[in-house]
Amino acid sequence: MAGKIVLSHHNIDFQKQIEKISGEKITSCDQCGVCSGSCPFTDEMEITPSTMMKMSQLGLPEVMEANSIWICASCFNCMARCPRGLDLSKVAEALRQISLRQAVDSITIENIDKEEAARLPSIALVGAFRKLTG
Amino acid sequence: MKIGVYVCHCGGNISEVVDVEAVSAYAGEQDEVVLHKDYSHLCSDLGQKLIAEDIKKEGLDGVVVSACSHLFHGETFKKVAETGGLNPFMLEMANIREHCAWPHSDTPAAATEKAKEIVQMGIEKVKKNSPLKPLKLSIGKNVLVIGGGIAGIQAALDLGDAGFHVSLVEQKATIGGRMAQLSRTFPTNDCAACILGAKMSDIPKNENIDLYTYSEVEAVTGYIGSFNAKIRRKATFVDDSCVSCGLCADVCPVSLPDEFQWGVIERKAIYQPLDYAVPNKYLIDESACLNIKARKKSGNTEVCRKCEAVCPRDSIHFDREDEIKEIPADTIIVATGYDVFDAKQKPEYGYGRFKNVMIGPEVERVIVHAGEGRPTRDLGKRIGFIQCVGSRDEQLGREYCSRVCCMYATKLSQLITHMATMNGQEKDIYVFYTDMRTFGKGYEEYYKDTMKMGVKFVRGRPAEVTENPETGKVTIKVEDTLTRQMMESEFDTVVLSVGLQLSEGGNRIAEILKLPKSADGFLQEAHPKFRPVDTQTEGVFIAGTAQGPKDIPDTVAQASATAARAMRLMVKGVMEMEPVKAFVHTPLCDGCAVCVDSCPASALSMVEGGTGRIVEINESICRGCGLCIGTCHSDALDLHLFTTGQLLGEVKGALSGRKGHEHRVILFADTMCTYKLADSVGTGKKAYADSVRIIRVPSSSRVTAKLILETFALGADGVFIGDCETKSTPYPGSIPFTGKNVAVVKEILALAGINPERLMFFQFATVMLPAFVRLMNTISETAAEVLTSAQRKMLSEKAGTLFEGGSRGR
Repeated sequence: MAGKIVLSHHNIDFQKQIEKISGEKITSCDQCGVCSGSCPFTDEMEITPSTMMKMSQLGLPEVMEANSIWICASCFNCMARCPRGLDLSKVAEALRQISLRQAVDSITIENIDKEEAARLPSIALVGAFRKLTG
Repeated sequence: MKIGVYVCHCGGNISEVVDVEAVSAYAGEQDEVVLHKDYSHLCSDLGQKLIAEDIKKEGLDGVVVSACSHLFHGETFKKVAETGGLNPFMLEMANIREHCAWPHSDTPAAATEKAKEIVQMGIEKVKKNSPLKPLKLSIGKNVLVIGGGIAGIQAALDLGDAGFHVSLVEQKATIGGRMAQLSRTFPTNDCAACILGAKMSDIPKNENIDLYTYSEVEAVTGYIGSFNAKIRRKATFVDDSCVSCGLCADVCPVSLPDEFQWGVIERKAIYQPLDYAVPNKYLIDESACLNIKARKKSGNTEVCRKCEAVCPRDSIHFDREDEIKEIPADTIIVATGYDVFDAKQKPEYGYGRFKNVMIGPEVERVIVHAGEGRPTRDLGKRIGFIQCVGSRDEQLGREYCSRVCCMYATKLSQLITHMATMNGQEKDIYVFYTDMRTFGKGYEEYYKDTMKMGVKFVRGRPAEVTENPETGKVTIKVEDTLTRQMMESEFDTVVLSVGLQLSEGGNRIAEILKLPKSADGFLQEAHPKFRPVDTQTEGVFIAGTAQGPKDIPDTVAQASATAARAMRLMVKGVMEMEPVKAFVHTPLCDGCAVCVDSCPASALSMVEGGTGRIVEINESICRGCGLCIGTCHSDALDLHLFTTGQLLGEVKGALSGRKGHEHRVILFADTMCTYKLADSVGTGKKAYADSVRIIRVPSSSRVTAKLILETFALGADGVFIGDCETKSTPYPGSIPFTGKNVAVVKEILALAGINPERLMFFQFATVMLPAFVRLMNTISETAAEVLTSAQRKMLSEKAGTLFEGGSRGR
């Protein structure tokens, strides 16, 4: 079913927040898609890098629900080719920051098997609370 | 004096930033100002009438128009003064738009204060103005057209038909240019050779046109009405008796890629550039011909004379040499055209590495040869076009759209499809684009027709092309940004739709004629809307893709426009010019003659005057650089329109509104580069330090060491002198002279314990917008701490004793 977007001033606020944190003028993205083709991890992403940019332009908070922002490894391939000179890794980082600041845990510690918890490196556990890399 | 001051709103351009009423009221408080008004559009008919009527009614003998740049509407308002019965040189422009409202649009309060001072500068200058007569210059009817593509051809034909004499210079061996290399033309699909061939053959038929092919412009001197071009007519080694029978090429043993054919086929060392070439004759490529190479290397004249032996008309002569010819011209039209982007600079697309990655122009020729039944290569069934290669790409520093690539890719898709259909084949064609721009008349319909034919348009800029080394097939990796899916598709041929750039020849001509370029690297027009084919150099015009990417209809329209603009100047036979000429205050001249040798134009000489030997200036030779003034120890020399009194008046005006510890920087800007650049910075709304006040001078050498010191003494805290780059200045002699002046003053500043960096000299190109902003901010910071009155007094004393004991005096 095709989705429906209803825009409000909240979207503009979110877009401006991303621009402020990332320092990138995301509205200048012309959606050519060269980033998606250049990204070595697009196949692993739920939305392509260019989709991340479009959703950020429109200030759609759903952009943070996709795993893409966590998969971005900041390899800068997209930045090296972006014809508008944008650095998408900064945008992804901004979205990660916003997401982290919302302090929503994606796993509950009680639900982790004790044996598994003992086996897992602690950094993986900490990462798993807030990140969505699956 | 009765001065009227007018402050323009410029329809909001100024008034949305500057409080124009406050500026007008401020002007009204100044001495000798008897009238002050603000008005929405002073350049409008009503605005002009307002000024002209006030001059008559109020008996104004000085007018300050506070509006846009002198370079923008200066001429308009000079005419208004004349209409009102006032000498046009009693009117001054105060540039509160490009130099104030626009660059300082973020700080309106500061902009208003600055505008007041700029108006004051105009008032102080006009007080020192004197009525002058414009110089009259006679203009003949000779036009030099550089470039024989469709633009040059059209301009030459229009001018020739109207009875003007045209010298058409083309560096290739035939006219026709880039259009002659095309297969068919959008949106009508008529063959380029068919429609262009007729126009090309009209050139030699026109008795008013002299055609010089295989010729290069090496130098141009002079100015409107008296240009003189030196052209090199390269030897073709084949005389005009050639009838293009082609026997010579049949026996020539040397083959090489044919550049006219983008290398898709080969030609011989003796060749005809095009089967409908004008002039229609063969020529020898001296870099490939065995005989000519041997002659040059060892003097042996007997190596390979096969073509000479078979020529039935004895047209071939290996000993011909280049000829140099001088062509006088009253006006010049530059129609040097474009080169295509070098696709190798985009290595991810594999051009030059993968044999099945081609550029659009190559495919044009492939289609021509296939259409003539002589196919050169098979493009295969699956063909992918990649758009915007070398266009709209900040990674390459090329932000502009090349304007023709969407349409030529669409056209090539159609032509390939048509040809396949005729042969009972099918093609799978995909065009990968970011935005399709089909804006011209009939273009959108053409695009729709192409879609109907089954060509697929996929929205996405491909990331890379890879090759299967075994099959040679090439794969495009791209996101379809509409379905948000990644796509990897194999093609038999990938065609890169390469963008346009100023041609190599265009770059050379730009240097020779000192024409500025816009940020996109193409030649800059005098005004993007109202003077789209003029350049800032009077009498020089630009047509076609030298000015920016454009299609054939726009090129032809622009070419006709240049012809009309050139005729506009030439039909009158005379032209008026600003009398920027040096003059002598005779009683002050003591005949020391130091100035005589300093003049770069040798316009000065010594004559017997009433009181002894004095200097005399030949006005028709004087170029108005003002250099001589700095060599005179007795203040006997001066320059009309830029007298010492006028310039010091402007300095006083620029410092008039200082409050407390505010600092001021005076920028002496040469007209051709720095002043124009400051205008461009304003037009681009780029902010820089608002302490900067700009005073226009013809050349940096007008700014004498004494003037610099007096500027500091009057209250400036920093002085910046801007001139052109040495290669582009109309006054090459000025640069070293200014360098010396600046060094002298810097030394004086250092001795006085003042940071010598408060004085800066920089040579700008008109495209250096960021550099201008940076340097203005730098000097403003350096000059932020105001000089003490003791320091100013010291510099004032130094100004009076500059020539004492020095080598410059008697």
